[in-house]
Amino acid sequence: MAGEFSMKPVSSHRFDEAAASHLLRRAAFGATPAQISAVAAMGLDKAIDYIVDYGGIDAAGLPEAEVDPDIISPPNEEERIAMRAARRQDDQAALDRIRQVRLIREGEDRQQMGDITQWWLARMISTPRPLEENLTLMWHGHFASRHRNVRDSYLMFKQNQFFREHANGSFADLAHGIIHDPAMLIFLNNDSNNRRKPNENLARELMELFTLGEGNYTEQDIREGARALTGYAVSDNDFEFRRAMHDPGSKTILGDSGTHDGDKFVDILLAREACPRFIAYKLYRHFVADVDGEPDPRTQGCINQIATALRRFDFQIAPTLKFIFRSEHFHSEAVVGAKIKSPAELLVGTIRTLNTPVRSLSILSEAMDIMGQTLFDPPSVAGWDGGRGWVNTSTLFARQNLCAYLIAGKLPFNDGWTQDEVAYDPMVLIADMAVPTPTKVVDRLLSLLIPAGVTSQRRQEIVQFVEKNSESIRPGTLVALLLVVTAMPEYQLC
Amino acid sequence: MKPAFTRREFLQTSVALSTISTMPSFLHMSASAIAAPGESLGNAPGRPDDRILVVVQLSGGNDGLNTVVPFGEKIYYDARPRIAIRESDLLVLDKQAGIGLNSALAPIKDMYDNGMATVIQGVGYPNANRSHFASMDVWHTGDTRGGRGVGWIGGALDTWQTTRKRTVDATACVCIGREAPLAAGGRNVKPVAFENANLFRWVGSDLHSSLGPTYDKLNREGAPGNPGNPGGAGDSQAAFVLRTALDAQVATDRIRAAVAKGSVTSFPGGALADQLRMVGSMIRAGLPTRVYYVALGGFDTHANQTFAHGRQLGEFATAVKAFYAELEAIGERSRVLTMAFSEFGRRVTQNASNGTDHGAAGPMFLFGDMINPGIVGSHPSLADLDNGDLAYGTDFRCVYASVLDQWMKIDSTKVLGKGYKPAAVISGKV
Repeated sequence: MAGEFSMKPVSSHRFDEAAASHLLRRAAFGATPAQISAVAAMGLDKAIDYIVDYGGIDAAGLPEAEVDPDIISPPNEEERIAMRAARRQDDQAALDRIRQVRLIREGEDRQQMGDITQWWLARMISTPRPLEENLTLMWHGHFASRHRNVRDSYLMFKQNQFFREHANGSFADLAHGIIHDPAMLIFLNNDSNNRRKPNENLARELMELFTLGEGNYTEQDIREGARALTGYAVSDNDFEFRRAMHDPGSKTILGDSGTHDGDKFVDILLAREACPRFIAYKLYRHFVADVDGEPDPRTQGCINQIATALRRFDFQIAPTLKFIFRSEHFHSEAVVGAKIKSPAELLVGTIRTLNTPVRSLSILSEAMDIMGQTLFDPPSVAGWDGGRGWVNTSTLFARQNLCAYLIAGKLPFNDGWTQDEVAYDPMVLIADMAVPTPTKVVDRLLSLLIPAGVTSQRRQEIVQFVEKNSESIRPGTLVALLLVVTAMPEYQLC
Repeated sequence: MKPAFTRREFLQTSVALSTISTMPSFLHMSASAIAAPGESLGNAPGRPDDRILVVVQLSGGNDGLNTVVPFGEKIYYDARPRIAIRESDLLVLDKQAGIGLNSALAPIKDMYDNGMATVIQGVGYPNANRSHFASMDVWHTGDTRGGRGVGWIGGALDTWQTTRKRTVDATACVCIGREAPLAAGGRNVKPVAFENANLFRWVGSDLHSSLGPTYDKLNREGAPGNPGNPGGAGDSQAAFVLRTALDAQVATDRIRAAVAKGSVTSFPGGALADQLRMVGSMIRAGLPTRVYYVALGGFDTHANQTFAHGRQLGEFATAVKAFYAELEAIGERSRVLTMAFSEFGRRVTQNASNGTDHGAAGPMFLFGDMINPGIVGSHPSLADLDNGDLAYGTDFRCVYASVLDQWMKIDSTKVLGKGYKPAAVISGKV
């Protein structure tokens, strides 16, 4: 079909409830039928503006995170002196005491990281600016660092706030900011990158994973880039430039020679053609479609157009997203309902779409771990693979059981009838139906939850299930129906 | 009659000496179950005959010094006035070297006497990390820089999958526990993990009897093509999830049916015995699983160690013995190698609470027909310590290398990132 790979704006009369639902699912973790109707009524352009330009939406009501910046820190001068003395005197008892204290602090730090994780999940669930959290999560996976290695929950939180602040802003600001971010500098060992013994880790990942992608630079460029980043260090929870550690000499990075510092290095990278193309690819993979390996030529064509837009918009994410969300390609049949939900999209999306109770954030956090997306702990600096990596024999049951927990309160870990007591009344989903017949109700829920549709045979299965089990549509019937639909393999797609 | 055997020395950089020990007596083993090393019992058509590895994780940092006890060292008794174990309370392994086992390990001593157990002394890695999480990550990934990279078992199965050019079964790696351990996650091959087989399924069907049948109809169809594009390519994301759903149902059917059958021999109580019994039942059912992962906690003995440590060691030993008795009874004993490890050993000197604090090097145990029975490696010196702790003599990756190269027949260099000299723990006959 001609329009399928066209990035031209879709005609506004095509922006019906289904299209609004698709937009909300991809951009905003999903929405209730009432919210979908409201957004559809706005029309294509206003709807997109509303979702993307979320700055004007008041988020003051969301709870603040309670974070102790001093929960853990590297040993201070006094502690370092004590450690050196104990080592010199081979005072094992003293060293043991110091180690004990350290272990306790690390335990408290892990506890705080768990609390911040639950805070973030709660925020994703209840924010009136869902795209803000969606983008924050995307940047967390793109500029990936791990609490497991950084071992400072305050710094991870600080990084999270940095992503949130610039989420729909400028990618250039994000790239410049990340080389000053304490968590990232520690994670990639740049705090020990100095002129006498450069450490290439940050320079390499900056090019390979954060701005250009593999194959768009040489090892020499990495070495020179590392020199530019010398002295970019951390002190007392903040970025600190250590002039004595910085190599002030001339460097040649990607053909550009000068006494470059880290920021000039980032400027050089942003100017490369590969940069907007790489970021466009990442945006595409997050919002449009799972791409495994090399994109096929037509997909690459779409990505190239997104890259052109990103460059034209001076790396501003908001107008680039609008360009994507308006396009025929984004609304095409090949794209709608063809992307595998991340654990966050599944968890947050189910709650937001069906308006289920939140229940226990601690259980939800554990569910995220089991499904393979531990916030603040992506598997590596390359973030999460996504796509088919999310769904396998083990995670499939975990994902289905998570929905059963949200909808019916059935605890996934207990082998009995233990249930979370908070009841869920799903009748609001069909409140506006004058005559809710099994067929109408099934179709309503399928269109809400299974965007690419199901075969007529499978639809019939579900209608029969409803007809066989109740004479009228009561809350129990709807709960049962929701359990069945969220347990369908197709529900893993959005 | 105590068997005489030669203690072999093995250091990381030296070449392994292939001295042949005097094998301990096999009198206690039932003749029908003894297979020549390397001969697979799974020769019936359709039965998987791949070799199996069972990993037993002793979580918390097992106190190696009170497990494999250097009763010949005076320093041991000086450093642990309240918790050192007297020679008369030990099961002596090597009188000359002064090494004995904690008496709670009597079942393992039995296995040792029958040539089914190896003790590796002084296992660790450079720049030991004394944090549970960090050190466990190191053991799980084989990466001492802080557990970066994929799990060693997942990586091994990835390598196996690439080499055989065929996708491995969804149940290639089965882990008993709520979450799969880091070790089991590969880049492509992912493990199955469950605490209890009854939870390895959709629990929604518990809520009403009508839900199960409809769920089954919807999840067992498998995939021809994208519902929106019938007859189209079967490799869409929709086709993938439909296929995975069917795979998952097949896996849960097999696993739950296997576990429901229980065991033919009786197992003691305890969490580890429960897990190994499940593993035994899955092996008996002929699952194509190559690696099973189980765990026993309670080894972080900071205070009042003697009783608690003895109890955990006893649970470990009785569970492993029962497991091998079960394997023998179902005719699968020769297929299974079991490896037990802990994330670190503990300090030489006891603390003020009659316990011990986190240390470094410690022992590992290997069990099975295919192991080189006896003691591998010398006991770390109690005088020449490394940062106050026992120095390691064998890098744990050398043990992994042996298990991977010689037992699993998977190239350890590809998995571990470089070649490690395999520890002499697998019999040369396999």
